[in-house]
Amino acid sequence: MLTIEVNNRKIEAKSGEMLLDTLKRNGITVPTLCHMENLFPTGACRMCVVEVEGERALVPSCAYPVRDGMKVQTHSPRALRARKTIIELLLANHPDDCLYCVRSGHCDLQGLANELGVRERRYSGGKNEYHVDSSNPSIVRDPAKCILCGKCVRVCEEVQAVAAIDFVGRGSKTMVGTAFSEGLNVSSCINCGQCIMVCPTGALREQSYIKEVLNAIADPGKLVVVQHAPSVSVTLGEEFGLKPGADVDGMLVAALRRLGFDRVFDTSFSADLTIMEEASELAHRIRTGGKLPMMTSCSPGWIKFVEEFYPEMLDNLSTCKSPQQMMGAVIKSFFAEREGIAPDKIFSVAIMPCVAKKFEAGRPEHSRNGIPDIDAVLTTRELARVIRMRGMDLQSLTPEHADTPFGERSTAGKIFGASGGVMEAAIRTAYHLLTGDELPGLKVEAIRGFDGRKEAKLEINGTPIGVAVVSGLQNARQLLEEIRNGRDDIHFIEVMTCPGGCIAGGGQPLNANPDAIRARMQALYTIDRDEPVRTSHGNPSIQRLYTEFLGEPLGEKSHHLLHTHYAKREVMV
Amino acid sequence: MSTITGQAAVQPDLQDILDRYPDAGRDALIPLLQEVQEMHGYLSREAIARIGEHLHLPASKIYGVATFYNQFRFLPLGRYHIQVCRGTACHVKGSLGVLDAVRQDLGLEPGKTTRDGLFSLEVVACIGACGLAPVICINGEFHANLTPQKVRRILDELREEVENEE
Ligand code: SF4
Ligand code: SF4
Ligand code: SF4
Ligand code: FES
Ligand code: FES
Repeated sequence: MLTIEVNNRKIEAKSGEMLLDTLKRNGITVPTLCHMENLFPTGACRMCVVEVEGERALVPSCAYPVRDGMKVQTHSPRALRARKTIIELLLANHPDDCLYCVRSGHCDLQGLANELGVRERRYSGGKNEYHVDSSNPSIVRDPAKCILCGKCVRVCEEVQAVAAIDFVGRGSKTMVGTAFSEGLNVSSCINCGQCIMVCPTGALREQSYIKEVLNAIADPGKLVVVQHAPSVSVTLGEEFGLKPGADVDGMLVAALRRLGFDRVFDTSFSADLTIMEEASELAHRIRTGGKLPMMTSCSPGWIKFVEEFYPEMLDNLSTCKSPQQMMGAVIKSFFAEREGIAPDKIFSVAIMPCVAKKFEAGRPEHSRNGIPDIDAVLTTRELARVIRMRGMDLQSLTPEHADTPFGERSTAGKIFGASGGVMEAAIRTAYHLLTGDELPGLKVEAIRGFDGRKEAKLEINGTPIGVAVVSGLQNARQLLEEIRNGRDDIHFIEVMTCPGGCIAGGGQPLNANPDAIRARMQALYTIDRDEPVRTSHGNPSIQRLYTEFLGEPLGEKSHHLLHTHYAKREVMV
Repeated sequence: MSTITGQAAVQPDLQDILDRYPDAGRDALIPLLQEVQEMHGYLSREAIARIGEHLHLPASKIYGVATFYNQFRFLPLGRYHIQVCRGTACHVKGSLGVLDAVRQDLGLEPGKTTRDGLFSLEVVACIGACGLAPVICINGEFHANLTPQKVRRILDELREEVENEE
């Protein structure tokens, strides 16, 4: 332990850490624009400068290791002036667009300009002419609002191992772009939206489909159904001032009804369905010597990643569609038949924690007879916008239940929202399939939590089964490389594109700190602990769907509706 | 029909160049790009993809590095490749006006090629003909003591040449 003096008060520091980390832990906020948790500091923005006694120049606290006895002033007039100047310079060629900007209110640049008292344009720089790239179904890039902090570039390369974007050009013409400055839609971008989550400004945003959804609701010729993903009920509350991890499930359902959706379904139901199919597929592959390790297929960014970077491993992917797409398929088949309504009269909406789900919905595999199974995907953030637009106070709504036949879920489907949840749900059901008994304790502790890589060795009926759970595609890439190099003790792999899983997806509320994300995860496991139906095979609505319609897992109907195949994708990687 | 320079149907194989850089890393990027451009006249998508594979670098990174330097181009050279000298001597004698005239006349920025593949433009530093300043060089042939008017006339002549062929 070291002791340092900050703003004339002594605080403790850990040796080897950066000054910024010490300050944070002690509740002293120094603003940052380029700093990224757990990644090497670049010192690019200099927003975090402080005065250190003995140093002539201000130092960037994010890249300055603590020394015992050092004396620091974090908010001296000189430091404040320097920060203000940085913001003023960034604003020199920034569009004055706050009124129209989707980021307004969550924008670091706007927030800092306000905090530091910027009240006039002090510098005027030449503005480059940029065009907005809205080619991608998930993400919109507006380079005019980019401050070149480099976070999107780093998250894309260092966390996701995709590297679709980099700095292009030089000097005042520098911008962030793809190879050959082509549209993001034809690049190697996997649509994860993690770049949106780290961007300090409105330069990156989700492609919004709010208008399409509201139009469908207003159309009397359409039956508008909606599903909401497992993680949404534990994150939406943050948009309305509730503390992270608050579960607003019933209020969410009530809000969706009030918005005018004709039916409200729960994606956790189709997560249970996914588990029925996926666990059966795993058992089948193990029994018949099929392709192993089997890899989960519910995260669309990950699917595109395999198509681009590991096409030789496409057969390892489970053929199961994702819960969103399974729900979409049963809505426009079983449900349509049951209601006696033509599939093209149904408008099917999904509320997702994810922007890649927008891309997934548009994949040709997910249309039948020219009719897409899912018509529009809204993120948690977009739903919050619509709820606010309609002047609803989420907290004052009386909780309601989702609709039959796809509204009842097990908690196994619910924990899909956390990294490790799909695996645990699948193990519960696979265990049952292979032994006829229930997994003791219904819990696999080793694959819970936030580590980017978790592994466990199980034994089912005397057969050793190795499982691995990774989130963040850099972690996935490392695991795949091990397997490429001959590792063969793993039978089943869960991959979530976003670090920590859907609770930290690219469509979730912005500016969440690590504690908030932990609270979201905790909330899912609390639900799992406290409710009675904890296995997908134990969900009565799932059993009914198989009896009345599907037959059996991996059967003829399932094969047709719930499974698909992927192919190699030619992009510049 | 004559083939357009740099757009030959079959590109010379890159492999010879890549073979000369076995086990190379990032350090080799710039020299590799230079050699490839020398050979093809520009950096094609295919070339960047192959270089990326060879060096284990993403295409976005290679493109980013390449765009940092003015010397690289990403479009095939035109049938007439125009190099405008912006060296000191030429500058003093008015090369900026000459460059602007070419830009406006062809609607072309340096590094680009016209859609019909006829003209490409490049800005170069002193090409060692300062006595003739301001100078441009078209497919290796020098044109001396230029003015905006003169350069426009040259471009018109080139267009006529092409029309007469057809
Ligand atoms: S990015 Fe931020 S500062 Fe820029 S217009 Fe949007 S809200 Fe305003
Ligand atoms: S969405 Fe993901 S893959 Fe695409 S540019 Fe952003 S971080 Fe990279
Ligand atoms: S797009 Fe956003 S994250 Fe990327 S460099 Fe620009 S400001 Fe930073
Ligand atoms: S946050 Fe420290 S330099 Fe950007
Ligand atoms: S400066 Fe133009 S030829 Fe030397």
